[in-house]
Amino acid sequence: MTASVVFQGVTKAFGSVVAVRDVSFEIETGKLVTLLGPSGCGKTTTLRLIAGLEMPTGGRILIGGEDVSSLPATDRDVSMVFQSYALFPHMTVLENVAYGLVVGGMAKRQAHGQAEEGLAQVGLGGFGTRLPSELSGGQQQRVAVARALVLEPQVLLFDEPLSNLDAKLRRRVREDIRELQQKLNLTSVYVTHDQEEALAVSDQIIVMREAEIAQEGPPRALYEEPVDRFVADFVGDANLVEGEIVAIEGDHGVVRVADLELRLHHRDLPPGKAALAIRPEAIQLANSDSAEAGFRGRVSRATYLGSHLEYTIDTELGELFVIDPRMSPVWAAGNEVSIVLGQRGVTLVRD
Amino acid sequence: MNRSAYPWILLGIAGFTLLPWYAADDGFWSFAWLLNGAPFSAEAGSGLFQALFHGRTWLLPVLLLLLIPLTVVSRPKSDPLFGRVLVLAGGLGFAFIFGQGFAVGIDGWEFPGLEALFGPTELRQSGMGYGALLALGAFLFLLTTGIATRGAINGDAFVVGSIGLIVAAVAVFIFFPVFRILVSALQDNDGVYSLSVFSEKFFDARIWGVGCLPSGARCGVAWNTLLLGVLTGFSSTTLGLAFALIATRTNFRAKKALRVLTVLPIITPPFVIGLAVILLFGRSGIVSQLLWTVFEIRPSRWIFGLPGIWFAQTLAFTPIAFLVLIGVVEGVSPSMEEASQTLRASDWRTFTSVSFPLMRPGVANAFLLGFIESLADFGNPLVLGGNYDVLSTEIFFAIVGAQNDQGRAAVLAIVLLIFTLSAFLAQRVWLGRKSYATVTGKGDSGVRSQIPVQLKSLVYSVALPWAALTAVIYVIILFGGFVELLGRNNTLTLRHYIDAFGITRGDFGLVFSGLAWNSFFTTIWIALVSAPLTAVVGLLTAYVLVRQRFVGKGVFEFGTMLSFAIPGTVIGVSYILAFNVPPIEITGTGIILIISFVFRNMPVGVRAGVAAMSQLDRSLDEASLTLGANSFTTVRRVILPLLKPAIIAALVFSFVRAMTALSAVIFLVSANYDMATSFIIGRVENGDFGQAIAYSSVLIVVMLLAIVLVQITVGQRQIHRRAEPTGAPAQQTMGGMAR
Repeated sequence: MTASVVFQGVTKAFGSVVAVRDVSFEIETGKLVTLLGPSGCGKTTTLRLIAGLEMPTGGRILIGGEDVSSLPATDRDVSMVFQSYALFPHMTVLENVAYGLVVGGMAKRQAHGQAEEGLAQVGLGGFGTRLPSELSGGQQQRVAVARALVLEPQVLLFDEPLSNLDAKLRRRVREDIRELQQKLNLTSVYVTHDQEEALAVSDQIIVMREAEIAQEGPPRALYEEPVDRFVADFVGDANLVEGEIVAIEGDHGVVRVADLELRLHHRDLPPGKAALAIRPEAIQLANSDSAEAGFRGRVSRATYLGSHLEYTIDTELGELFVIDPRMSPVWAAGNEVSIVLGQRGVTLVRD
Repeated sequence: MNRSAYPWILLGIAGFTLLPWYAADDGFWSFAWLLNGAPFSAEAGSGLFQALFHGRTWLLPVLLLLLIPLTVVSRPKSDPLFGRVLVLAGGLGFAFIFGQGFAVGIDGWEFPGLEALFGPTELRQSGMGYGALLALGAFLFLLTTGIATRGAINGDAFVVGSIGLIVAAVAVFIFFPVFRILVSALQDNDGVYSLSVFSEKFFDARIWGVGCLPSGARCGVAWNTLLLGVLTGFSSTTLGLAFALIATRTNFRAKKALRVLTVLPIITPPFVIGLAVILLFGRSGIVSQLLWTVFEIRPSRWIFGLPGIWFAQTLAFTPIAFLVLIGVVEGVSPSMEEASQTLRASDWRTFTSVSFPLMRPGVANAFLLGFIESLADFGNPLVLGGNYDVLSTEIFFAIVGAQNDQGRAAVLAIVLLIFTLSAFLAQRVWLGRKSYATVTGKGDSGVRSQIPVQLKSLVYSVALPWAALTAVIYVIILFGGFVELLGRNNTLTLRHYIDAFGITRGDFGLVFSGLAWNSFFTTIWIALVSAPLTAVVGLLTAYVLVRQRFVGKGVFEFGTMLSFAIPGTVIGVSYILAFNVPPIEITGTGIILIISFVFRNMPVGVRAGVAAMSQLDRSLDEASLTLGANSFTTVRRVILPLLKPAIIAALVFSFVRAMTALSAVIFLVSANYDMATSFIIGRVENGDFGQAIAYSSVLIVVMLLAIVLVQITVGQRQIHRRAEPTGAPAQQTMGGMAR
């Protein structure tokens, strides 16, 4: 049942505002792909285009190899889990889950039977007679998932499904969703603005910015090899600093940053000024009198966060944000420190 | 798969070949045509037989246009030809039926040019009947289906069909009649079009004269109307604000009783207040008689004229202003006042510099509402007017009086329309942008502060005597029917009730021998039929407005809300002008009454629907759509159940409005279809106040019973919504209705 999704040069404009501009991608069968980006980047519109809640103004959308560009939501074999869950408040949980089956023409008894199974699948067997308002937020969320699942859709869509849950619950629910998705081998598209969530659940992430795709790739590639400043900054934290590529040697470039000379993948950048993204955990601090090669800085703020320490350091490269999981030594604001860059977590990025 | 077009084509063909094309003389609901030789005879013949055997060959293209779409139904939906043919056939067919209807009228060709072109004809056409209606519907929906398949509104045939239906209905029953008035105003008495005649009639001294300023001569009726409107708007707003402040910002004990005030005007035919005012202050009124006996003040007719109308209208419309302003006063967020107080402003300072400025747009809105209501009011000026003429009554007398001057009525109607439309536009354009109402839906913490002491005593001294007066008025209304003639002869009697509502035992069982029964049953029947129709049209419109995006939505919304700004008298005149002759010939029937109620009360249904639907998260519809339901199923299974309170509100409100309306009704009633309100006015004109008051109180009691009945069946919360004013911005009065 489950099928691939292909966008071919899809554009969606609302009047003069372009929400999605000439976007192309392919989502393989059985994969979970996340659309990630700041609000207003077009990720939700993209999701709604897949659902058929919006019609593209240009380009083609294929689901399972079939052109569905002009097919409305009703006629597409796609289900969606809404941010607000959108459970029908006047129907019981069971009626909610059976709704899609019943309006599709299935006999009520059979539909309710399947709905029971669907509820059991999300661990809510026996909750069928309750009203949505009698369930907790997490339970409502699972009902919404069950309602979408029982239709055995070609594609399952999630619109920021965790945003109405409290922080503790989020981690568990996202793991549940991922587990279910993998068990059923469901093609899924997931929208979120939370990069950690995206990294945690996805096979593939599509980062969007201003109606276009900024970068596409597996979570690890996005974090470790962001193509530009925007992606580096949006996926995880990054210190963006100026450096200079002084020479190209094979795959690598020799990059000078402050007093340091680093060998980094040149990523097709020409010699000359270049931007570097430095992950906060890639920066190691040492006492200023330490022998290790590095450059100097002064701690301007130190924050204790239990599992780690966060520092803001004034350096010649500007302010650097540092995460230090070693809980000792601890520097206080005003201390001079020596700064060393690790091998991982430093990369050249395009502007 | 093109199942979508088939039903409409078949419906149209059935309408054209089987059902009588023309309306039967004996009414829409009469089925005598079944025995009258349908579909073959000349009277009850279907379109096809009219064309083939009765010489009306111009009907044949209708069939052709119905057959053309059959050639493309086998094509796939995505074929552009399919949509194009449907749009073309539907649009042409729709236009053609109306075109031929206007071209060939009761006396043959309507336009000389056509006669020259086709030669003279002996044939004539009467109003459209079932057959034409079905064919029109078929063409309309072929058109909308065509538009939908071409991609409008995500190809949703149901939504496009709804929009098409509403647009067509509003065009036919609101815009066409108004247009007809304009045409009529441009014609002289012989039907010749002339601008000079129009300007002569329009700038008539009887309308715009200012003779009253220098001397005691009478002023133009337009100035009279404006003056009354401004006075009433001002007084009802002031009193309404006083009541609203008492109800929300004081510890006044009898707040519940104040809220009752708001229900009263809704279930009171407006002129009944005027009636009670006469019984109190007329020459033989109770108060006048009392003053004569005690102080020897000679009773006079002072109440007839501006003072009386103003007084009665203020009584009638203050509760409406109150309702609007409660929402406005409650809309001022307490946290703003608390902020002001923490910035060390005094209570008085806070009120004058924060609270009141925030309320000001709402107050202006209430004023405009009172102004519009006053201009549209017909009953009170009719009952109390004396020599003080206003536009609404002048229109009436121009039509029914000895003058019978439709042109003058049309011109007066245009003047009145200009006034109300200006106020309506001002309300929407100017106030629409200026509202500070801070109803966010989020619980705004903070306790509403009480109004300053100085203001409180002022407000009490204005509002409480007025409340007492209102109470007295209603006592008069309920009590007046039980005495011979209040003021003059206070003997208790049941005579009025027996005359009006007597039931005697006849030869064949019980006979409803009272004079009022006929109009009473008609009223109930018409109200019962029009209420659900109003609710359907209103809620469908609301659904389209809230949930759909389409080109021209602003115009669409404006058009549907416009009928609120058209005074009843104008509607009455325009309906007579527009629907007295074919192709739509429905004057003198019950249908015209029903239609006038549906389209006059439609804005109420729209408002109720918009307010309620805005509270429903859009994702509920979308969830239903992604689960495979189409939009019709979504409306039926998700939206309607959740809108139950709004539906009930719209039902009750339109039922009640249909029972209390007078201004449009009085033009449209006929011997067979008399309505309660026009019957009562007839009694008043005969000086039979006792029976009029008795009948009015019966109406009030019936409506109260209806409301209580609904309250019992659907519960307290919903009924509270019904008490929503006719013109308040929805978010202000209906804001707190979230589930």
